[in-house]
Order: sequence, then C-alpha cells, then structure tokens
Amino acid sequence: MYPANLYYTKDHEWLKVEGEEAVVGITDFAQQQLGDIIYAELPPAGKDLEAHQVLGSLESVKSVSDIYCPVSGEVLGVNSELSQAPDLINKDPYGQGWLVRLKLKDKAELDALMKAADYEKYLEGLEH
Amino acid sequence: MSYIPISDQDKKEMLAAIGVKSIEELFNCIPESIRLKGLLNLPGSLSEAEILGYFKEKGNKNSYNRYLSFLGGGAYDHYIPTVVDYLSSRGEFISPYTPYQPEVSQGTLQTIFEFQTLICQLTDLDIANASLYDGATGAAEAVLMAQRIKNKKRLLVASNLNPQYRQVIYTYTKNLGLEVVEIPYDEMGRVDLKGLESAFNPETSVLLCQSPNFFGVIEDLKTLADLSHRHEALLAVVISEPISLGLLEAPGKLGADIVTGEAQSFGLPLSFGGPYLGFMASQKEFVRQLPGRIAGETIDVEGRRGFVLTLSTREQHIRREKATSNICTNQAHCALRATIYLETLGRQGLRKLAWLNLQKAAYALEQLLAIPGVSRKFSGPVFNEFVLEFPEPWKNLSQKLEDKGILGGLALGNDYRGLDNCALITVTEKHTRENIEAYGQALREVLK
Amino acid sequence: MINVIREPLIFEISSPGKTAIKLPELDVPEKSDLLAEVPLRADIEGFPEVSETEVTRHFTRLSQMNYCVDFGFYPLGSCTMKYNPKINEKIAGMDCYTNVHPLASEKLTQGNLELMKILENLLGEITGLDAVSLQPAAGAHGELTGMMLIRAHHLNNGHPRKYVLIPDSAHGTNPSSAHICGYQVKEIKSNERGTISLEDLEKEMTEEVAALMVTNPNTLGVFESDICQIADLVHAKGGLVYMDGANLNALAGITRPGDMKVDVMHLNLHKTFSTPHGGGGPGSGPVAVKKILEPYLPVPVIEEKEGKYFFNYNRPKSIGKVKSFYGQFLVMLKALSYILALGPEGLREMAEVAVLNSNYLRRSLDSLYHLKYDSPTLHECVFSDKYQQEFGVSNLDISKRLLDYGLHPPTMSFPLIVHGALMIEPTETESRRDLDLFIGAMKAIDREARENPELLKAAPHITYVRRLDEVQAARHPVLRWEEKK
Repeated sequence: MYPANLYYTKDHEWLKVEGEEAVVGITDFAQQQLGDIIYAELPPAGKDLEAHQVLGSLESVKSVSDIYCPVSGEVLGVNSELSQAPDLINKDPYGQGWLVRLKLKDKAELDALMKAADYEKYLEGLEH
Repeated sequence: MSYIPISDQDKKEMLAAIGVKSIEELFNCIPESIRLKGLLNLPGSLSEAEILGYFKEKGNKNSYNRYLSFLGGGAYDHYIPTVVDYLSSRGEFISPYTPYQPEVSQGTLQTIFEFQTLICQLTDLDIANASLYDGATGAAEAVLMAQRIKNKKRLLVASNLNPQYRQVIYTYTKNLGLEVVEIPYDEMGRVDLKGLESAFNPETSVLLCQSPNFFGVIEDLKTLADLSHRHEALLAVVISEPISLGLLEAPGKLGADIVTGEAQSFGLPLSFGGPYLGFMASQKEFVRQLPGRIAGETIDVEGRRGFVLTLSTREQHIRREKATSNICTNQAHCALRATIYLETLGRQGLRKLAWLNLQKAAYALEQLLAIPGVSRKFSGPVFNEFVLEFPEPWKNLSQKLEDKGILGGLALGNDYRGLDNCALITVTEKHTRENIEAYGQALREVLK
Repeated sequence: MINVIREPLIFEISSPGKTAIKLPELDVPEKSDLLAEVPLRADIEGFPEVSETEVTRHFTRLSQMNYCVDFGFYPLGSCTMKYNPKINEKIAGMDCYTNVHPLASEKLTQGNLELMKILENLLGEITGLDAVSLQPAAGAHGELTGMMLIRAHHLNNGHPRKYVLIPDSAHGTNPSSAHICGYQVKEIKSNERGTISLEDLEKEMTEEVAALMVTNPNTLGVFESDICQIADLVHAKGGLVYMDGANLNALAGITRPGDMKVDVMHLNLHKTFSTPHGGGGPGSGPVAVKKILEPYLPVPVIEEKEGKYFFNYNRPKSIGKVKSFYGQFLVMLKALSYILALGPEGLREMAEVAVLNSNYLRRSLDSLYHLKYDSPTLHECVFSDKYQQEFGVSNLDISKRLLDYGLHPPTMSFPLIVHGALMIEPTETESRRDLDLFIGAMKAIDREARENPELLKAAPHITYVRRLDEVQAARHPVLRWEEKK
C-alpha cells in the first residue's frame, strides 16, 4: 500500500527522489479520502515552490483539497495526462497518477519527511 | 391569515409530544431581555379581497400606462407570447428550490440545459451559465472573471456602456484594488479606437464594451477583439438588447471571449426594473472561471440521459472564500421564461422579430429627422435605438411631449457631458406606424 | 407521479419552418440598405423550430418531472421552503406593475415608489433596524452589499480593516461575500453547544477585524443566546456585527435583530416572506441597517416630501449601485402582500408554528437519528447519519430513499461541522398530516437501513431518472446540446 522507496508527508503527499529531481503525488489513503477526482489544478513549469506551499488542488464532485509541496524546488513539469484522465490519480496514485516533477533545492529537507513505516504508523494514529 | 394548517388541537397534541407546556417554552433559548413585549407595529391582517383592492389602488397611482412610451436604454417593451405566461405560471416551475436533487428536478435542469444551449447558439460561444442577476451584475462578473483569467489589475470599460452597468462595476471593483479606465466614444458613437489604443498597457486584462451600445450604436466588435488580443487582453461584450442577436453576427464569431448581458427582452415584462435576467457565455477553456451555476448532461445508473448541476467546485458552497463568485440564488425562473420565449419564437421568429425592430426604428428615425431642428448625434449604425439632438434641452422638450401623452426618450445629459440636448429613443415591434407618426406629429408641434 | 413520456431536448424535436407565434407584418415601408456595413448572421445555427402545441407539451411534460412545494413537503434546512400564497402571484402579474418602465419619471410611478417605501418601513419594523435598501437581488447579494457598507464605514474612519470573522457553521456565501468585498476570512470555531465560542471570538477580535458575520439562529437552528455579549465584544474593538437573516423565519415577531445589537443584516424575501424560489430564483435580499450605516446605502434611496415620493441619487457617501434599477420589484410586491395578509399576529404565529413544527419533528425522530448537538433548536434541526452509517448507509442514501416515498429530502453535507448532516426545516405551512408522513417515512427508512441497506444504496427506484453519474458530468462536461454531424 505504501511503497518503501517513497517519502511521505502528514498532508498525504508522497515524494520520490530521482537524482537531483523528485516526483510528487498523493497517497492511496488520500485518493480514497477524496473520492473520484474530477480535476487537478497544477502549477506552471518554472514556478519556484517553498516546502509546505500550496502546489495545486484536487477536486472531487463536492470538494476541493489543496496539495502542498513536500520540499522546496522548481517545477520542471506536470503530469499532462491528468487533464484528460484525472481518474489516474484514483487508479494508480504512485504511478500514472503522479502530479509534478520538481528540481530539488535542498536535499536536507528530505530529512523532515516520513518513511513508509512512519507514515503507516501516522495513519493508524489518525484512524483512532 | 397565516397560511398555517396547524389547528389549536394539533398544537396541543404536538406540544404534549414534544414534552413542553407552551410554545413560549420553545423560545426559552432567547434571552428575556431581547424578546418583544408586544406585537410589532404592522398593518393587517387583510383579507385576500382587501389585499387585491390595496394593490389596485396603489397601482392606479402609476400613470405610466397612460402614455405612449419610447423609453429603452436597458429595459425593453416587447410583446410576450401568451404561452410564456401560461407555462411559466405552473406551480411545478414556480415552487421548487434550486435543483439539488436531480432525480426530482429534471424539469428545471433540462430547462437550464436548453437555456445554456440557446445562449451559446446566439453568442456562438462554447459555454454559458444558468443565469446571473441582471445585465449590470453580469458586466461586473465579466470583468472579475477576466481579471482572474489574466491576473492583471487594469480593466478598460467603454464609456458608452450603460451608465448603470458602469456604476455597478465601480461598486464591485473598488474594494479589490482594481483599476478601471473609461474609454471615450467617437463621433460615430462607437468606442474611440485612438483612445482605446493608448489605454492598453501590459497590466490590462480586459476591454468591456456594449453592442449595440448605450447610444444604440452597433460596435465594430471584430476590430475591438483584434486590438484587445494584440494587447494580450480579453474582449468582453455586453448585450443589453439581445433581440439584436437575431440579425447581428454572433459576438463569439467576431472574437469576443466573454459575452454577458441582460435578457429581459426575452419574455420578461418591464416590471419597473426587476426581476430581470443576466446571462454569461464564454469559451470552453475558461469554464473553471465562469461564475454561477451550470447544468451538465450525464446518465443515470440505468444509462438514461439526465441533467445535473455540475462543476460546483467553482461555487461558494464548496470553495467558500475562493469561489469564482458569491452568487447562490440566481434568476432560474426568469431563465425559464426566456427559454420558453426563445423556443416559441424559434429560428425564424427571432430573426423576423429582430428585423421588425430594425425596420420600425429606421422608420421612426426617418420620420423624426424630417422635422426641422432635429439631427442625429452619432453616425454609427443602429438597431432599435438611436440618439437624436434637438435645438433645446431635452428636459424641456420631454416635458412638453409628456403633456401630449408621449414619453419621447431617455435624457442623456445626466450621464454624459455635452448631451443635454440629446435623447435616446427606442422603438420596438410593439410600436405601430400610427404610434411612430403620432410621435413625429407631437415633436413637430412642440418644436414650433 | 404519473409515468411520464420521456421528453427529448427541444432541439431534438425541431423541424425547419415551424414557429409557435405569429408576428405582425411590417406596417412601415421596408428599407433594404440598413446595416450595410455591419456583419450580419446568415442563420442561428441549431436554434429550435417548433409549433405552439409542441412548446406547450414540452414544458408541461418537463414540469411533471419537478418536485415542488405545491406538491408536497420540502424540508430543506436553511432554505425555508414554505407555501407560496397564490394571491401574491396575481398581484405581481397586474399590468399596472408589470408594464412600467424603470426609467420613467417618478411622477409617473408614484404607486411603485410608495409601495417600496412601505415595504422598507415594514421590514425596518420587523428587524428593529433604522433603514432598508431593497436593491440587492438575493441573499448572497445582500451579504455582499452589507459587507460593502461595513467597508465604507471603516474607510470613512480612515482604515477599511483586514478581516471578517465567520463561524465554521456558516453558509458558504458568507466567506465568499466577504472575500469579494476585499476581506480575508478568519473562521471562528463552534463550541460544544454548536454556537460561537466567546473565548475564541475574544482571541480573534482585534482592531483589524472589520466585522463578525453571524447567522442567528445559526445553521444548526440554535439561537446564539450570547448574541448581546458577542456584539459587545465586536463593538468594543470598533467592529460591526453582520447578521445573515436567512433564518429570520424563526424570529419574526418574537425578537428583533436590531434589539440584539446587530448593525446590518440581509433578509431573504424568498424565504421568510413566502416569495417562491422559482427553481433557483429570482429571490430578493434587502439589507437593513442601523443609523450609522445609512449614509452608505446603495443609490437611489426612496424619500418622501409632502406626499410625493422620489429617488435621491445625491448621496455622496453611498457605496453606489449594486444592481440595475431598484431591485427585484415584483418580488417585493409579493413579500408586501404576504406581510399585509399576516399582520402582526400572523407574523408571530408564523415563527411560533415554524418552531413548533421543527421541534415536533425533532422529538419524533431523535431516538432513531443522531443529533450531534443537543442544544434546543428553533425552526430547524440537524440530524446526522451516524447511526445508519453502522449499516453502511449514508445521508445521501437516506435522502435518495425519501424520493421513493414521494418526499423531498432535507439539506445534506451542510453545515460542515456535522458530518453526514440531515438538516430539516419544515416551516409553519406544513400540516400535521404532512409532518407525520415525513416522520413515518424516516422511521421506515431507518428500519430499511438495518434490514436491507442495499435498497437504500440503490435508491431512488421509481423516479423519472435514478441516481445520476455526477463524476462523469464533471470529468467530461457536456454543457450544451450540439447537433450530431
């Protein structure tokens, strides 16, 4: 459910490091909470984002949820498939449902994120 | 009369069921100190017949109906087919709420969907909303929408836009740190292109103009669209006499990005200014910035077509302070009337109606211009309204005409410097040849 | 409802050459050279062409697919779906009102001006406030107007301020209206009674706060009993109190917002004052204010001198116009007709029975449906689906099942502070029989939730259409009909 090679945030985003870059998405838990996603509003390429800054938002039929940037970085690109198929986020949150690709600014920020085991513990805490 | 179907016996039994001794007790949560000690100082209660008499008596104090009127300027007297009143009076259309339960609201939802389609067809744009309050708030919503799309703070507004619409734009924008610049008009009565060209700057998000404009003159929308787009701004067009769309090229085809306006002409009586019907249309790519409700097509669990309110995440009940507009209740029943009206007229009917308006206004213009001392103020092409200039202040003239039973037109002097001797005169299909000639005759007499 | 013929879109039954109206022939000489230089359209592509029979059948059939107050119980919380008296429609249809052009001089429209002034005065008396503007078109428009008045007041004192405080139980229009007026919204948490927490308010209330927006009774139907202390707290820092009057139906004739130290409020004529909702408007949202805000009211204001009424536009401090002309005039007539029919005793009885009916429903259902807040309620109460959720049944399922019983469901998913909300407002115009029908249906549905939850999850079963795919509607929007080519 929660791949070991990813970093996680308390706001239910995941981050995958690929060299100096990183891919960001939302977790399986998050997509379940949101329900059927109908629209993803994502930032333009080239935008500089600070850690915890609003990166975009995801809409379901009756809600809008902000997505936060897990770490600081420049937006290199967004998942253009989502404009036609936002349901990819529901179907494959860790794969085809990714949201943005970032150029990392400071790898030290990764230390503040959770590993899969921590995140799972965190979720257990939420459910009680 | 309180329209209350609960009898005294019911009250007793219900209080017992609740477990309180009196209705009074149910209000215990309201501190004694702020409770009314006696009754409000209100008249009544009147019987139904008395109410009817009351409103007849007050209505008789309106002498307007005794005059032959050539007033327009944003409110138009068109003939309303009987089916519009008949069908729209059905309780099933008057007494439901907003269609939040689509399974039992398909009548309202399908009507909205048809309304949206009709507006798209008339404007030649991709999308339209379910309605806005009126043309003035539509104009304000249009500039706010353009500002969201472009994220720039400068708005250009034609000075020949209906003055009331401009006032509402000022009221809406002044709290938001937006800059509104008015563009002058030229001798044709159109947006002055030189003035416009120099008003654009990189911070400009939109040009908002009206066509036919407040002087009745049809704007050159193609040129205005090209200019706006060259300066990376949007063109928003206000239509306050939409009957004109039966003849004039659709603004979408000429390059308008947003079309908004007043659809009172579509089957709504003058009603002293309301309720009227705002509408708004735009291009598909801007749908997430469109204010107001939108109906969309979908299917039910059995695969049958149905309609729902959709893209609600734009709206206040979901996005709260980040919504595209605060509008909630809109003008659904007015949009229903407009839908019945347009479907009654149909393709040929609307075209013929527009042509009748055009021809009658042209005849009136010719008749009035034949009177010594009367001239056209603006040389631009007109639809069913035009501005004439007279040798004396319109204030005096209009009073003299009124004494002869004619309301000759709207004064422009209060809103436009230098137009004290001018009036905006409106002619619709309801004016007969005799009406028009009577006006000519009266004007001839008072100008002697 | 009868089994209705499935009605296509009008565009799908259109055929060339038809029209449903005969227009007059041109009675003046035709000119051929008009609009020579203007781009004209060759056609209105796709525009429908049908006969009068077809238009009549089309809309009559569409009407059959609508649930409405004339048909039955419509307990939408905070919407006040009361009966719409028929005399009001007759009055609003009188030629002496419908035929009047809004820009005719005051001399020719004295009756209209007088009626508007009378209505202003009556609403002033009902709210206990000093001045009224009838211009706003609906509730949210009234909120925006009210916020603009507040901003103008603060600006006049040198500084517009920055924030507006709004309880988390508020309707979405509140934060949206404040935002469109240039304010940032700060949320005030509800306490365990479901009302404004004085502590939280005290903490948030600074000299940067322009106003508190409060709905009273709030969206839970709970009266803010501390309203005077709340107002004092806000006033002490120079802020103003805005009241959302959506729930005035519970208070009219019992207490007055002006006496609760409210500075400005809007009223929904289409809720409290019985004017119909029309499937989503037109409404009417007059604002009522204390003396200090009167100079800022929208122009024009109606004044009277020696028995003559006139519009005064010369109001230098006014916020300007918020709408064309003077507001939703015909709606005002309906509201006035209603107030005249009720009179002072009828108005009080209206609030009393609205509260009686609501409490009767609450008491009849509180053993089966969960009440998150057990504070006393006035005109509405908010249950939740908590008990039924144990069987996997949600407020949506309960609502959809009510449709099968021929009843309209309550408001759902609102207020936001109650998860799975079922917000019920019966109004005073429901008979005991109709209330009991609803109670019976809710009891049966609770039983079904336990015994056969699948029945509810698949509901409704017998409506014109069944559950519609809202996800598809939003993911792939089809917002207009298009000719298949």
